[in-house]
Amino acid sequence: MKSLAELAKIREEALKRVDLRTDRKGTRIVVGMATCGISAGARPVLTALLDEAQKRGLKEVEITQTGCIGVCRLEPIVEVYSEGQEKVTYVEMTEEKARRVIAEHIVNGNVVTEYTIGAADK
Amino acid sequence: MDFYRAHVLVCGGTGCTSSGSLTIEEMFNTALKARGLEKEVKVVRTGCFGLCEAGPICIVYPEGSFYSHVKMADVERIVEEHLLKGRIVKDLLYVDHANEARDITTSISEVNFYKKQKRVALKNCGVINPEVIEEYIAFDGYQALGKVLTEMTPQDVIDVIKKSGLRGRGGGGFPTGLKWEFASKSEGDIKYVACNADEGDPGAFMDRSVLEGDPHAVIEAMAIAAYAIGAKKGYVYIRAEYPIAVKRLGIAIAQAKEMGLLGTDIFGTGFEFDLEIRLGAGAFVCGEETALIASIEGERGMPRPKPPFPAVKGIFGKPTIINNVETYAVIAQIILNGADWFTSMGTERSPGTKVFALGGKINNTGLVEIPMGTTLREVIYDIGGGIPGGKEFKAVQTGGPSGGCITKQHLDTPIDFDNLTAIGSMMGSGGMIVVDEDNCMVDFARFFLDFTVDESCGKCVPCREGTKRMLEILEKITSGKGTLEDLDTLEQLAYSIKDSALCGLGQTAPNPVLSTLRYFRDEYVAHVVDKKCPAGVCQDLLQIVIGDGCIGCTACARVCPVGAITGEVKGQHVIDQSKCIKCGACIPKCPKKVIYKQ
Repeated sequence: MKSLAELAKIREEALKRVDLRTDRKGTRIVVGMATCGISAGARPVLTALLDEAQKRGLKEVEITQTGCIGVCRLEPIVEVYSEGQEKVTYVEMTEEKARRVIAEHIVNGNVVTEYTIGAADK
Repeated sequence: MDFYRAHVLVCGGTGCTSSGSLTIEEMFNTALKARGLEKEVKVVRTGCFGLCEAGPICIVYPEGSFYSHVKMADVERIVEEHLLKGRIVKDLLYVDHANEARDITTSISEVNFYKKQKRVALKNCGVINPEVIEEYIAFDGYQALGKVLTEMTPQDVIDVIKKSGLRGRGGGGFPTGLKWEFASKSEGDIKYVACNADEGDPGAFMDRSVLEGDPHAVIEAMAIAAYAIGAKKGYVYIRAEYPIAVKRLGIAIAQAKEMGLLGTDIFGTGFEFDLEIRLGAGAFVCGEETALIASIEGERGMPRPKPPFPAVKGIFGKPTIINNVETYAVIAQIILNGADWFTSMGTERSPGTKVFALGGKINNTGLVEIPMGTTLREVIYDIGGGIPGGKEFKAVQTGGPSGGCITKQHLDTPIDFDNLTAIGSMMGSGGMIVVDEDNCMVDFARFFLDFTVDESCGKCVPCREGTKRMLEILEKITSGKGTLEDLDTLEQLAYSIKDSALCGLGQTAPNPVLSTLRYFRDEYVAHVVDKKCPAGVCQDLLQIVIGDGCIGCTACARVCPVGAITGEVKGQHVIDQSKCIKCGACIPKCPKKVIYKQ
């Protein structure tokens, strides 16, 4: 260890590995993964979300799964909880859509309206 | 680096390990792999969570779901339901003794046991993987060492520690800053820092848990201490009976060396520090600092008179500071957060927090860390969850074999160094053994004295001979042969040993006897005058009898291993007291419940 900067760099790297365990703010992405979700293909969606988040080195994003969200016919469902904003529910998700949600919504802050439950119900 | 969506923390402390947590960890890995989840969910082995009673413990983040008493058969369910489908397995969650509703305790932060705690020394225990230095660094590790080496002079460091009012957590409560100052002012080309990890107090295991769960905190603090006093070399004296702690500390030292956090020219400042582990063979007396020094030097572990104090003449005759593990565990945080942060917790004369090992007749056996000044009632009832089976609280022994008992009347005493001493006990290393109505206080004192007699090193007469005589008198009393004069002799012996023994072991050995005599003299009197043991513990003073209402079913006679019970079928049975060995096997057999101890 030659300098404080070096320590800071290691800390920065290491934080990424443990920040699930710290109290944190930020965005929470939840994938519905009950039987309905899984059979509709939620797993590839989840994997795509994880992969994309990792590629982009996203911090303060938590990706987790949940049980049945209730609208089984629209599975796979992905919900995004951001601080101080209303929850966004994406439905009938696919891998490609998941990657786009990360890119447009999570990174750039623009909700992908066409994938949301509101659009699907029309 | 993989992006994990969930972390499964499995406790790898000694308590959970002994109940199979390592197998459970392995099963998690296998089960995750079988479902192809190994790239999404990470299994982390951590140090002790503190609530050892509920082990093996697993916590799943980000939810913080707190699974207790996890069995091998449960692993599949947790993986299938929680980790694959995202449904928390509610019936496996920890149940709060104070609050039976399961769904309230889905998250660790909501458990009563943790709510009143303030974890400083145990900050990282149960949070990080102790075998990965990066995790420690992620939680601000080695920042304090960096700050000390680049921004502060040795005197600055000593001043901060002095100002924080930190007192040694090993038992004596000596101000740490003063100790460092003495050593820094001692003349000498070579100086040493040592860590006393020879935790011998029966029932105390906080040092072990810190070393197992957060070994780098101790390493970092020792480097800071070395800088403050001008030492280049440190020793951790730890008992070989703590294999997991020794192993993790060894790994931690190796990692710190590899990263250049130990060795030469640390942070490019020219400061050098190296650390070595010395294994002890587990003698209680080696926790005494002069005996510890002798043992590190390779001599027989025996104490010597003080002065000279170790700060003047310590390891190999050089100025040395010796601090306890728990003391070191808070140093880095004091440096980072400042002395004022530390004094904002606890009481005026005992700032900060203290870890206690709760044991004995208590629901939540485990480690608790509380701000000084918390009352015993809060510790035992709010955090500890009270006494099992709704039994009556009798006393709590603090300070192990060197301390004394605290009774119901002192339950509301705020815990700190001075208050505990004032009521005839002591802080000690923080063992807290709870005693209920079923414990006999004479037998309790005998137990601790038996321990100190065993552990006396034999160097000085008062301890070697005196404690042995005291034990003999106690054995005489518990076997029903004691007299009232014995109580006076016991007291007299106790005071002379306290005054004349060479080291802390002997000087404090009579404490359990003195404090039980002080608060439970009536129990002693019952033993010697009425020849009765009120709690029904002392075998020689008990009789098992069959009362009225015997229906002559012969169930008791059949189970008696020594044939002491006789009687006609369908007639009253009797126990021959000369044959009875008081095993009590007959008591649960009686369908009419008329067999009892008296």
